Amino acid sequence: MQRARIRWHIAVFLAPAVLVYTTVMIFPLFNTLRLALYSKVDQERVYVGLENFRTLFFDPIWSEQFWNALGNNFWFFVVHMLVQNPIGVALAAILSHPRLRFAALYRSAIFIPTILSFVIVGFAWKLILSPIWGIAPSMLDFVGLKSLFAPWLGKEEYALTTLALISVWQFVGIPMMLIYAALLTIPEEILEAGEVDGITGFSAFWKIKLPLILPSIGIISILTFVGNFNAFDLIYAAQGALAGPDYSTDILGTFMYRTFFGFQLQLGDPHMGSAIAGGMFAIILIGVCIYLFGIQTRMRRYQM
Amino acid sequence: MKRNILKLALLSTALTATGAMAQDVTLTIESWRNDDLVLWQEKIIPAFEAENPGIKVKFTPSAPAEYNAVLNSKLDAGSAGDIITCRPFDASLALFEAGHLADLDDMDAMNNFSDVAKSAWQTDDGSATFCVPMASVIHGFIYNKDAFAEVGVEVPNTEAEFFAALDKFKEDGNYIPMAMGTNDQWEAATMGYNNIGPNYWKGEEGRRALIAGEQKLTDEAWTAPYATLAKWSAYLGDGYEAQTYPDSQNLFTLGRAAIYPAGSWEIAGFNAQADFEMGAFKPPVRNAGDTCYISDHTDIGIGMNAATENAEAAKTFLAWVGSPEFASIFGNALPGFFPLSKEPVELSDPLAKEIVGWRGECESTIRSTYQILSRGTPNLENETWGASVAAIKGTATPEELGADLQKGLASWYEPQQ
Repeated sequence: MQRARIRWHIAVFLAPAVLVYTTVMIFPLFNTLRLALYSKVDQERVYVGLENFRTLFFDPIWSEQFWNALGNNFWFFVVHMLVQNPIGVALAAILSHPRLRFAALYRSAIFIPTILSFVIVGFAWKLILSPIWGIAPSMLDFVGLKSLFAPWLGKEEYALTTLALISVWQFVGIPMMLIYAALLTIPEEILEAGEVDGITGFSAFWKIKLPLILPSIGIISILTFVGNFNAFDLIYAAQGALAGPDYSTDILGTFMYRTFFGFQLQLGDPHMGSAIAGGMFAIILIGVCIYLFGIQTRMRRYQM
Repeated sequence: MKRNILKLALLSTALTATGAMAQDVTLTIESWRNDDLVLWQEKIIPAFEAENPGIKVKFTPSAPAEYNAVLNSKLDAGSAGDIITCRPFDASLALFEAGHLADLDDMDAMNNFSDVAKSAWQTDDGSATFCVPMASVIHGFIYNKDAFAEVGVEVPNTEAEFFAALDKFKEDGNYIPMAMGTNDQWEAATMGYNNIGPNYWKGEEGRRALIAGEQKLTDEAWTAPYATLAKWSAYLGDGYEAQTYPDSQNLFTLGRAAIYPAGSWEIAGFNAQADFEMGAFKPPVRNAGDTCYISDHTDIGIGMNAATENAEAAKTFLAWVGSPEFASIFGNALPGFFPLSKEPVELSDPLAKEIVGWRGECESTIRSTYQILSRGTPNLENETWGASVAAIKGTATPEELGADLQKGLASWYEPQQ
């Protein structure tokens, strides 16, 4: 019997991606997790096992900050799921309407904020909402609703929701584009067959298109989840590392940044910072697993 | 030692070969003050080189936000400059403890500075000083003289007068009484709490007692400033909750606000922006006739890399930085960054002169949270930012804030347990 030839070309073709991915992603990831198991005592790095995680979850001062950040992060995610994704789907449905004029223009206009830098978005919205120079108060005044204006970014009860909505404004183009692409793949014949059976307009959307784009909505949900729980930039650009007012906009990303790199007089603590990063990784991993094994496998797919 | 002698021998042979020019020693300065590059190149360095032929100086600043990280890696790699600009307190103390900064206690120039000035660059027990104090910033209030004249308000000395003045501006309605926001948080603590606070806790006396564990943050001296801050909110502009630091600066320099709770570092910028006359008054005392205390916060120092090969030249340079001549050049080129030397420096900028004059009338202290007390988690300085904002907004009572801060501090700081 002839021995199977070693298929070198597989290794050769895989090598570049594996090497690059290992050096810039896999190795740093595991090294960060490893760092979380150490602590610095008298200028020496010592192994402390899960002590950092115990501090993070059970020390009253640390755990209060952690749960606050996690809760805020969850609310940030909920706002995206309830506002960004439905609006994205609705926009895509309208854009894919064959008789809409200037569809390409709207599509670009809505998508453009996505390519802007967080710093620009954060700064521009801070100016728009500024009670002193912003156009938001004068615009509300113009329609006689000045009394509705509040310094939203400076109030504990509104700041996080305001920032979440700013982020929605920036990223609504992504679900729109993905859903739009999914809607375009639905063959005309199916819709025409539906029409013959008397399903038109809104009911065509609910009964035919929506079930067919559900897998795309699932993907968008999971992308939103991962993106939100990794979020940091917008909060940092708009509210700084202390995520004011009074930590009301503190999410896991800013909490980790502040702990890892330090802030003002607070010296950085890479070990506790890594523990928080480890926590974030676990949360995202669990969320993605729930989606993959709990939802994705049960989702009905249709042959088109 | 032997190796040094060998080096010297080699060097001297080299010198005879290349002539006197090679005697020049070049000192490199590490700094985060890239704003001051021109000042160093055009004023400070030429003045020093003229007096000390044979020593050349190079000023090589990096970006402020990156300085600590860049410096640390350079020191570890052995490629850092001979002279190191020192951040105050723990950042520099950590460098000294790691053996990167030389002990400068035996330098004569050190006698030109007061203990408060040196406290930012000393070990906790004060046994070693490792940086020459360069400059401090002083807190107080800058006001719009035209606005005061127009509305007919006297410059306040006591707290009652201060609030009376604010009331008058509020009634008049043409000016926002006071320009400060709480969005960026640090102003509330730095220009609010640590500005007016020293009058309550009696400057150094209270600060040292807090470090020693003899006073607590729940004491009246430490919570009363929060009660005063709570009264400020009525006089801040509409929507002050979302007002940022640049917003406040612009409101004041555009002439829309009457009073600006300030740090002296604003002077240069305000002089360039504002087209009205400005004055300054010190934090109002609680009752007429009380001793006044000001926050005269040590901000920049300069020290020597312990691994430098040009120790002698570096010490010559540091001694010169400690001299009145340097103080005069530096203080006048950067109004608002005040030299720390005991001997008063003649400043030409009127606003800077007014502010630095308080040193003669009042007791100096530094910000209460900077030395030792912000070493642990939770970080007292950062917590004070939040507490000061909460006090102004009225979301917590001064007693609650004091209790919270005390609980946080006591959780890691032994003398307070």
